[in-house]
Amino acid sequence: MPDYPSLAILRRSASDHIPPDARATHEPALAKLIDISKCVGCKACQSACEEWNNLRGPIGINTGTLQNTPDLGPETWTLMTFDEYEDPKTGDPEWLFRKDGCMHCADPGCLKACPSPGAIVQYANGIVDFNEANCIGCGYCIKGCPFNIPRYGKEDRKAYKCTMCSDRVAVGLEPACVKTCPTGAINFGTKTAMVAHAGERVEELKWRGFDHAALYDPPGVGGTHVMYVLPHADQPERYGGLPADPRISPFVRVWKGTAKIAGLAVMGLAIVASFFHYITVGPDEVPAAAEDEAVALKHEVEDETPLPDGRS
Amino acid sequence: MESGSNGAMLTIPRHSAFQRLNHWLTAALFVLLALSGMAMYHPGFFFLSALFGGGTSARDIHPWLGIALAASFFVLAVPMVLRNIWNRDDLRWTLLFWRVATNRHVGLPELGKYNAGQKGVYWAMACLIPILLISGLAAWEEYFGAWTSIPTQRKALLIHSVAAVFAITIIIVHIYAAIWIQGTMRAMLRGYVTGGWAWLHHRRWLRDTLVRAAEARPVNAGGQDPDRD
Repeated sequence: MPDYPSLAILRRSASDHIPPDARATHEPALAKLIDISKCVGCKACQSACEEWNNLRGPIGINTGTLQNTPDLGPETWTLMTFDEYEDPKTGDPEWLFRKDGCMHCADPGCLKACPSPGAIVQYANGIVDFNEANCIGCGYCIKGCPFNIPRYGKEDRKAYKCTMCSDRVAVGLEPACVKTCPTGAINFGTKTAMVAHAGERVEELKWRGFDHAALYDPPGVGGTHVMYVLPHADQPERYGGLPADPRISPFVRVWKGTAKIAGLAVMGLAIVASFFHYITVGPDEVPAAAEDEAVALKHEVEDETPLPDGRS
Repeated sequence: MESGSNGAMLTIPRHSAFQRLNHWLTAALFVLLALSGMAMYHPGFFFLSALFGGGTSARDIHPWLGIALAASFFVLAVPMVLRNIWNRDDLRWTLLFWRVATNRHVGLPELGKYNAGQKGVYWAMACLIPILLISGLAAWEEYFGAWTSIPTQRKALLIHSVAAVFAITIIIVHIYAAIWIQGTMRAMLRGYVTGGWAWLHHRRWLRDTLVRAAEARPVNAGGQDPDRD
């Protein structure tokens, strides 16, 4: 729900004409930093998310992995993914966990694609939030998202995803997953502070031998307000298919950019051109002489067409 | 011109009652689809969703209207297919389109039931409506969200909106043509045209129609057409 007076709004879906809140200029950007190297895969964050947001996902089926439910859903806004990976060089097995969920992009594809005014808002602090009251259930956000995050509620036909506990943040609390994490793998604060903290963690990981450790803050979507410290940042796909270079699909950009404007121009031009044609050239009327020509043609045809009994 | 007229006027049947019903059903569905589609296409037109009871209902009804339109258009288009095949006269007519556009009929070829412009509308719609149907189904989250991959759905939505822009533009021109060419609207509203209209715009079709009428006239009618007003 995006109507928190204490949270300034930067952008609303389908509302380009509405300027950002005046307060948006001095609101510090916030971020959640998930340190994969400290995560033990306990799924406390997943439980905390369900608890705080009052989600009751369906009872799933064990598919032979600790990942449960198998996928994000309208009632699973964050999901611990489990991946078993074997290093092709050393043969060392690795068990990789990642807390999946909305990345809260600075350039959100969901918001770009959304046709319903105010169904998706981006606060000045960076949180991208869905307002189900304005959601029309078209699923465009699902097509717009480069991370495959929003999920469609089959019963109420609305889209859901992580809110970064905007309701908690609005009253000065950290998101529920952050509060719950027992190992300190999930941190929350200003984006500046989180980037600085990630730098320290990356240094330590490199010292420990993870040469490709780095912060995941993908520039293709303008950076994200959920970031990861990845021990293997050269191959983010290892972690439950995290995309290496996410960006809004060019098809979505054209659809919600050039096509939208050019389409209106083409349709408008057709109306204007038609009107101009009417007031210059004018209607093409049938002259009375043409009616006579038609009658004459009928007689001519009848004279040429013999009747079945041979008379003409 | 008026002084030459003796006041007699033929009426030539052009569209059957079924065709008219079929056409106007398709037209009504097209307008509703354009209105609900525009609401989702551009935020400046989101207010149009209020005509359908709000954004959710507009989104909800749009694909069903689309399926109905595809079915209605199919029934409309299939019987017309043979009359819409392109021929050499259509090329000549198209090359002389400047004369057509400026209401000058001298030197234009005699045409069958449909001219090149009407055939253009026919084939454009015959291509665009299946494209809109298939891309629309692919983008229909409620029932077909898992039918295709998300990257395919992105392409489908772009194709769907571009195809819709073309279709709406063609229909705008189609509607204007019916206003511009006087006497045309009567063909689709009442089912007939005047002999003069047919002589001016579709002379070969008029000739064929008159020949068939002459061949079918009753033996004892003495050359008088019982249908003549």
